[in-house]
Amino acid sequence: MVKKHNEIIKAESKDLSFFYADKTQALKKVSLPVYENKITALIGPSGCGKSTFLRCFNRMHDLYAGNRYDGKIILQPDNTDILLENVDPIEVRMRISMVFQKPNPFPKSIYENVAYGLRVRGESNKRTLDEKVEEALKGASLWSEVKDRLQDLAFNLSGGQQQRLCIARALATEPEIMLFDEPTSALDPIATMNIEELMSELKQKLSILIVTHNMQQAARISDYTAYMYLGELVEFDGTNQIFTNPSKKETEDYITGKFG
Amino acid sequence: MAIQNKAAANKNLDSIRKTIANHKRHDFIFASLGTLVIASLTITLLILFLDLVIDGYPRFNLDFFSNFPSRRAARAGILSAWIGSSLVLLVTFFVAVPLGITSGVYLEEYAKKNWFSDLIEINVSNLAGVPSIIYGLLALGLFVYSFGLGQSILTAGLTLALLMLPIVIVSTREAIRAIPVHIREAAYAVGATKWQVCHNHVIPYSYGGILTGVIIGMARAIGETAPVITIGALTFIAFLPPSPIGLEPPFINFEWLESGFTVLPIQMFNWISRPQLAFHINAAATGAVIIMLTLLMNGLAIKLRYNIRKKIKW
Ligand SMILES: Nc1ncnc2c1ncn2[C@@H]1O[C@H](COP(=O)(O)OP(=O)(O)OP(=O)(O)O)[C@@H](O)[C@H]1O
Ligand SMILES: [Mg+2]
Repeated sequence: MVKKHNEIIKAESKDLSFFYADKTQALKKVSLPVYENKITALIGPSGCGKSTFLRCFNRMHDLYAGNRYDGKIILQPDNTDILLENVDPIEVRMRISMVFQKPNPFPKSIYENVAYGLRVRGESNKRTLDEKVEEALKGASLWSEVKDRLQDLAFNLSGGQQQRLCIARALATEPEIMLFDEPTSALDPIATMNIEELMSELKQKLSILIVTHNMQQAARISDYTAYMYLGELVEFDGTNQIFTNPSKKETEDYITGKFG
Repeated sequence: MAIQNKAAANKNLDSIRKTIANHKRHDFIFASLGTLVIASLTITLLILFLDLVIDGYPRFNLDFFSNFPSRRAARAGILSAWIGSSLVLLVTFFVAVPLGITSGVYLEEYAKKNWFSDLIEINVSNLAGVPSIIYGLLALGLFVYSFGLGQSILTAGLTLALLMLPIVIVSTREAIRAIPVHIREAAYAVGATKWQVCHNHVIPYSYGGILTGVIIGMARAIGETAPVITIGALTFIAFLPPSPIGLEPPFINFEWLESGFTVLPIQMFNWISRPQLAFHINAAATGAVIIMLTLLMNGLAIKLRYNIRKKIKW
């Protein structure tokens, strides 16, 4: 792996392989760094293992019996291998939050959706909750649209607003890394643009790992891009490099649309 | 050329329309058949119900509800029976609901999925179909003789709770399964523990389905006769169990649990088996009351489900 400039590594997968319960090997020895305060995009054809890779970072696969990780994901600055048996997945999820492909708010009020991560952490002080909810909603640029109806059901928001609500929910707990799995694939161009701008702002505060099917999106917002194919990491480099002068033929074919 | 094309297109369109008409005929046949079946079932039920109402009509007055059974049909009422039914159902409710819901949540959320949990699952579903007399025999051996609980309200309540348990468990599990994976994952993703996910999401969101199961289970329990007879419910009772609520401290007592009792279907059975026709009027009136209660409970279940569905959409 090319070591980039003097960027700080926030997390790094090392020879990460992953097996689903039915013995499908979805990842093959993937080694990939996630740099601090940068956006790293994962691209590749459908079924190549992007979501699988992303969901290793918050141990989402632990929810289903029979899944198996092999390899490491080292989280800095404490140098913890978050895949270790004795590391509690809940602790990992408290440090690394996730935004899903389809907006998935809880059937609760807007306020309760954002506050949930804090409540789970035992926060019950009304004033602290109010402050953090407001801050998170502002961070997700949703505050001005919902500030007068925080008690409304989240389902009454538009798709784009719901997705920003989910971002606020993931943001409220001040995570170190945020994972995005095709966060805009269910949204129209304007909502997409909003969310892209939002991510560019968010990276001031945290590190972002995003899966996207949209090549322009990867080119527009990310600092680094990884191209995956059939569970393997084909190429990883600065986004500019990948999109203008990829070193592998497969990457070039995929990016120019000759394949995939 | 153009004309030919048009002709061809027309022909093509004709054949499409014919196909559609053909398929619609299947729709029509199936719909009419379905309507017919449902209509005949509903009408049968309605006739039975009306028959009971007409036969029992002379007894529809307050005295019927506030009188004990009596040797004189016109003065005999269902006081001890409806109070007995209510108390038995109270026990059933407080046993079956917590046990059923926690079992359902445990099986769905906590239990490891393996052959053993599959076995339990199959057994629970099958239990819902076991003839109720079997539960009666089980209860007779277990509650009455082994535990020495006697032929009491407690025994009856526990027996009906056994009967109702699989219904509550199955409906709890089904309601939980209806919660989309992405909602559950959203909760885990912010760092919730299993218990927090169950307590804050799974149970509240499946509440509607669980409640429906509970009410349907209760509606079934209210009409059950066989198991209650098996454990030895009395058929003629001219006293009331001790009141659960007292005027003096501690205000609540549990003596009623040990009391003998009768329930509505048994009272009905008792009257119908008498030779005097006058008692058959009482039986019909009791039957109408049972059916009305069942319908009310089922109606309530439907209404609750509808209300909750309106609020939660995935
Ligand atoms: N629960 C599962 N059990 C078994 N195999 C799975 C499971 N989920 C995914 N897979 C397999 O793992 C591979 C990677 O899937 P993954 O969802 O990570 O792809 P992806 O790159 O995110 O695709 P997409 O772009 O379509 O979202 C695929 O071959 C898929 O069939
Ligand atoms: Mg995916």
